[in-house]
Amino acid sequence: MIPTNYYLILSAILFGLGVVAFIFRRNIITIFMSIELMLNAVNLAFVAFSQAWNHLSGQVFVLFVIVVAAAEAAVGLGIIILIQRNRQSLNVERVDLLKL
Amino acid sequence: MNVPLIVFFALAAIAVLGAVSLIWQKHPIHSALSLIVVMVALAGLYLLMGAEFVAAVQIIVYGGAIMVLFVFVIMLLNAGAEERTNFSSLAKFAGLPLAVALTGCLLAAVYGSHEQVQTAAQAGVTAPTKALSAQLFQEFVYPFELTSFLILVAIIGAMVLAQRDRKESHL
Repeated sequence: MIPTNYYLILSAILFGLGVVAFIFRRNIITIFMSIELMLNAVNLAFVAFSQAWNHLSGQVFVLFVIVVAAAEAAVGLGIIILIQRNRQSLNVERVDLLKL
Repeated sequence: MNVPLIVFFALAAIAVLGAVSLIWQKHPIHSALSLIVVMVALAGLYLLMGAEFVAAVQIIVYGGAIMVLFVFVIMLLNAGAEERTNFSSLAKFAGLPLAVALTGCLLAAVYGSHEQVQTAAQAGVTAPTKALSAQLFQEFVYPFELTSFLILVAIIGAMVLAQRDRKESHL
């Protein structure tokens, strides 16, 4: 018997760590992985609520989130390959064409 | 202290350590392996909650397919250790306080939530996959069909983006 808010606290911590990784890392692939970490944290909260309210819709949403994450990974990694090809760098701070 | 609670804390510790390792490692391949550890630990938590189908999908799609895609791209681009640059002082000074504030807001929302939410026990009953599939293919059948269209668009988009010989590609 584990209270729901244990899962929610873990989800919040994982989300915060994902945000920290998103802000502090410079490699675009790692930044992309931190987005996946945040999506995973949200999935954990979805499943926890689904079990707490005894309602299966939360788990269906998790499946949809996973599908969207897969599509996002395919398109995003294509974009990363293009960036590497055009700028010869994976550092996001070297992709600054729009910066004043 | 009963057994499910111990399992929960062990898996939660593994997940948090994996996430910290994702931040800490300098090389993207090490970050990717840390992320796989987090995903497997989360799949264990789903099993603990009785969401067995979601746990299986988590392992197969996230830990398998998506992370293999990441590792493949890291190897394809021969990504080395991260280059440390500090062009953005905003991220350096305001990043950590804002991230901590966001996490604090989320934790405060959890503590301030309805009493029933906080104390609702995870009984660990297995959500039958049969009921889940009935819900997916009856109530959510139109969103489900839309996701197949989304995947089709993503496949075409990835193929167009990764085309090699395009003359006008100026990013």
